[in-house]
Amino acid sequence: MEKTDYKNVFVFAEQRDGVIQSVALELLGKAHELAGVLNEKVVAVLPGHNITKHAQMLIEYGADEVICIDEPELKDYLTEQYAQTICQVVNKFKPSILMIGATTIGRDLGPRLAARLTTGLTADCTRLEISEEGELMMTRPAFGGNLMATIMCTEHRPQMSTVRPGVMQKMTRDANRKGNVITFKPEFDKSKFLVRMVENVKVDKGKVDITDAKVLVSGGRGVGCKEGFEKLQALADVFPNAEVSSSRAMVDAGIIDHDRQVGQTGKTVRPDLYFALGISGAIQHLAGMEESDFIIAVNKDKFAPIFSVADLGIVCDLNKVVPLLTTRLAAEIEKK
Amino acid sequence: MNIVVCIKQVPNTNEIKINPETGTLIRDGVPSIMNPDDKGGLEMALRLKDQYGANVTVITMGPPQADAILREAFAMGADRAILLTDRKFAGADTLATSYALAGAIKTLDYDLIIAGRQAIDGDTAQVAPEMAEHLGLPQVSYTVDLKYNNGLCLVKKETEEGYQMLEVPTPCVLTVLAIANQPRYMSVKGIMEAFDKEVEIWTADKIDVDPNRLGLKGSPTRVKKSFTKPQKSPGQVYEVDAEEAVGIIISKLKEKFII
Repeated sequence: MEKTDYKNVFVFAEQRDGVIQSVALELLGKAHELAGVLNEKVVAVLPGHNITKHAQMLIEYGADEVICIDEPELKDYLTEQYAQTICQVVNKFKPSILMIGATTIGRDLGPRLAARLTTGLTADCTRLEISEEGELMMTRPAFGGNLMATIMCTEHRPQMSTVRPGVMQKMTRDANRKGNVITFKPEFDKSKFLVRMVENVKVDKGKVDITDAKVLVSGGRGVGCKEGFEKLQALADVFPNAEVSSSRAMVDAGIIDHDRQVGQTGKTVRPDLYFALGISGAIQHLAGMEESDFIIAVNKDKFAPIFSVADLGIVCDLNKVVPLLTTRLAAEIEKK
Repeated sequence: MNIVVCIKQVPNTNEIKINPETGTLIRDGVPSIMNPDDKGGLEMALRLKDQYGANVTVITMGPPQADAILREAFAMGADRAILLTDRKFAGADTLATSYALAGAIKTLDYDLIIAGRQAIDGDTAQVAPEMAEHLGLPQVSYTVDLKYNNGLCLVKKETEEGYQMLEVPTPCVLTVLAIANQPRYMSVKGIMEAFDKEVEIWTADKIDVDPNRLGLKGSPTRVKKSFTKPQKSPGQVYEVDAEEAVGIIISKLKEKFII
């Protein structure tokens, strides 16, 4: 491998049922910044079926070039079909960096590709930077978020990383951005297509994605029960774009759906306002929410670690604070 | 049917704490456990054994003390245990680890290879898919249920939106979530016998690999530095009654233009 042959920052543009996933746009935002430092191009790789129409949107979010691979075999994600495709794209276009969203798709595809390409892959990066030597520095949490490690892959290409949804920030969409759209035709070895999708079932959980909410009303052990969460929901209902979320304890107890879990084994969120109510603040939880713009913690225990990241801490019984706050806030918002 | 289950010994990361004065990890006294997702994988294999009769081999790569989780696997019902241990494996990243595991598994008879989705110390979820690639086998990750019928696996895979049912012929690699099942306890008889059974110790010479692709030498990634997260400076904490608390919260939200 000749390192100098490898150029440009590639982003795997994940789509599901023809819908570009938000994480792909977030990665384009980051790729734009990295490519700026390297003076290279941002290239989105878009595999799927009947997806070429989405190329312009990827450009508007930061791609300079989009490689479309439009094949019926790629309609739904299957490991081997996608691995063959992306592997051929990498071998032909030789990116220096390849970023993939750390979704159930990306975390299945990434390692398969890395092994096929004999290169390094760093999972769930929370920070990506370019070193003075022009190498990618990939920082990720380890030991359940207790430790951060900066990892590099200096002798192999591409430098690959996955990034969880919600960690990087999208660029503002710019309808005037221009870019090239290239079509790539893969050569499939269909004898390797051994996994067949029998059914793809979407369970309508009737809930929005907590990573999209502007305000999160998050409850922990101190909330205690389903009725307690109903009070949190009432507080959330006061805001126009708020959701209820939770720490792991309440998910393990079966009180809250896993979808709403914030933290190392749940989701990473960065809302404008995060209420941490009755959450003690285990490091695994903090890892998922400490980037929130403004954090208000209410806890009876004044030594709770949550107060170390809170912008405003209230030592008080949340069962008294929440209903009163709900009424007063509703009145305040009504006034406007 | 021959089933190989890959397991790993991990520190119970829920019990790791940071020393606030030095900012370093306190690892003393933190117990080592069988990684939870791997235990789910072992349970899945043992259920196939209960149902159809199977030979279950557990394999781990790690230091000599990883013997403990292999004995635990024996006590749960595994038939054979292999410990890959050698200084040549030291410093391996996920690619070199998966390569060594694949080199060992290649020398075994297998129909099905099961691994946990990810380990709680690294959380990468990379080793099993990389191993599947080295072995040239199809994979299904995020497995929560498996129905086996005559060389065909019907696998339920968890996704963000729900689940998928995927059909894959053996031999194949599945990665399993801890929530897939409730692992059985070790039986008393199993515990007694576990100490008499032989854990096979395999070194790098014993497996089918290119030694240059093992350990640190075979690892494309390098940890440049590790650090504990800088603490952000905490905001003000008020110990007040509910009435006053609500007043403070509302005035702060106004000040920040949130309301």
